[in-house]
Amino acid sequence: MTTLTAQAGLGFTLDGLSLGYGGGPVLREVDLEVIPGEVLVVVGSSGSGKSTLLRALAGLLPPYTGRILADGVEVADTSRDRAMIFQDDGLLPWRTIRRNVELPLEIRKVPRGERRTTADTWIARVGLAGSERRLPRELSGGMRQRVQLARSLVGAPRAVLMDEPFGALDAQTRAEMQRLLLGVLRDTRATVIFVTHDVDEALLLGDRVVVLGNGGVRSVIDVPVPREPGAARDELRARILEEL
Amino acid sequence: MSTDTAPTEARRHPRLDAAPRPPSAPRPSANGRKAKGSWAIKLGSLLAAAGLWQLLTATDTRLWLRFDRLPTLDEIGGEFARQLGTSTYYLDLLQSLIRIVTGFGLAAVVGVTVGVLVARSRRTGDVLLPLLEAVRPIPAIALVPIAILLFPSDEQGIAFITFAAAFFPIVVSTRHAVRALPTLWEDAVRTLGGGRRHVLWHVVLPGTLPGVFGGLSVGMGVAWICVIAAEMISGEFGVGYRTWSSYTLVDYPAVIVGMVTIGALGWLTSAAIELVGRRATRWLPRAEGNLA
Repeated sequence: MTTLTAQAGLGFTLDGLSLGYGGGPVLREVDLEVIPGEVLVVVGSSGSGKSTLLRALAGLLPPYTGRILADGVEVADTSRDRAMIFQDDGLLPWRTIRRNVELPLEIRKVPRGERRTTADTWIARVGLAGSERRLPRELSGGMRQRVQLARSLVGAPRAVLMDEPFGALDAQTRAEMQRLLLGVLRDTRATVIFVTHDVDEALLLGDRVVVLGNGGVRSVIDVPVPREPGAARDELRARILEEL
Repeated sequence: MSTDTAPTEARRHPRLDAAPRPPSAPRPSANGRKAKGSWAIKLGSLLAAAGLWQLLTATDTRLWLRFDRLPTLDEIGGEFARQLGTSTYYLDLLQSLIRIVTGFGLAAVVGVTVGVLVARSRRTGDVLLPLLEAVRPIPAIALVPIAILLFPSDEQGIAFITFAAAFFPIVVSTRHAVRALPTLWEDAVRTLGGGRRHVLWHVVLPGTLPGVFGGLSVGMGVAWICVIAAEMISGEFGVGYRTWSSYTLVDYPAVIVGMVTIGALGWLTSAAIELVGRRATRWLPRAEGNLA
């Protein structure tokens, strides 16, 4: 039983956005529209501002100038509508897997029984049934990312911001996680903004790919056949690599 | 949507996403042997120290250090047995424990609260840190004259000294533990919809427990030092008072009994904190064979 039903994805408008960490801007004058419900993948070399952009969208980093609108409302702080998945999993190590997944529901004061049922449903959904009482340190990197995925989706957010979630995984676990994500995304209406430095991953997962570089957006590329593992994308890959 | 993708994949590649194997654990019998060996060494160490004491005191050894003035083990044992049969011994013990529990308990609550506040709130830090840093270098026992002047009864003064002794290690450890928390956990809770209260409850308090228990452990040791010293100076009951009183009466076996009692009490209370700390931080990875 899932109490929190999927809601329409958030649309974002980035308007003249400049971002940084106190020094010079990492990103300058970014204008971008994120369509509700799409999977937008952000690629770029190290230091191009991918994670910075994601933190700003999450409300963790205030902009130097410009603004971010989420469905027309300015983003000024974090919100349960915008869940974030981190590369270093961000699970609370003292909480069991179940209690980590329950956390967003606990914050919303969902009754304990309902909380547990919903969390267990999501744990099973990401293939970890039977691990509910284990601690994060007892899991592999891939399993921890599965937990993080379940924890971010259990609260039915309207946008999921994923910061290189599979970056630290080996190739095969990464492929598994991509398949899992594709399966889960089919069932949610949330907007997904996915940061990666892997062009193939970007082309597999994204409806559109944003290429960052030189402190701004270099190009926005539509993916004609998204989420089809066998689709030919050599031309797009070459184009993105050229932009990078 | 397909919900069985992951389990299917996991079955297909069972080794790819498997949990890390635990480090090759020694067999239970090997563990048992190690534990027994460890206890044997600990016991042997204590017995060797006691044997050396007996040898030096029974032979009235004078090797610059004058062991001829100190009581032998059988004199100490006799005195211990006599005291165990009196109510005064237990009253002193209880009195010291009450003082420790009062002073240390207050220091734990106030120290953790202040430590969290100064680490999390810049304004509170600006107000309290200069004061704390100015008072911290003063040894708690040097506050005895102030305590005598300030409090209407000796009892309250001793509790205050104990509090002051334990407070600073706890507040400093808590403050450092809060500041050392990875921001990732806080970010995670915030992006799941949590506010400041949720961050405090779900991240700061549980995440700082290892550091807090470090401070509590140090605080307990210092609290015992100061409660005993305060009892020696201004107490009417308590193990410290009785030990000093025995010294002034030239009853050296009773002095040693007092010292042993102080040591045992300190060890027991520190072990209790260690035990509670280990239970509260069970989530921490611990090295194989890292026993309390």
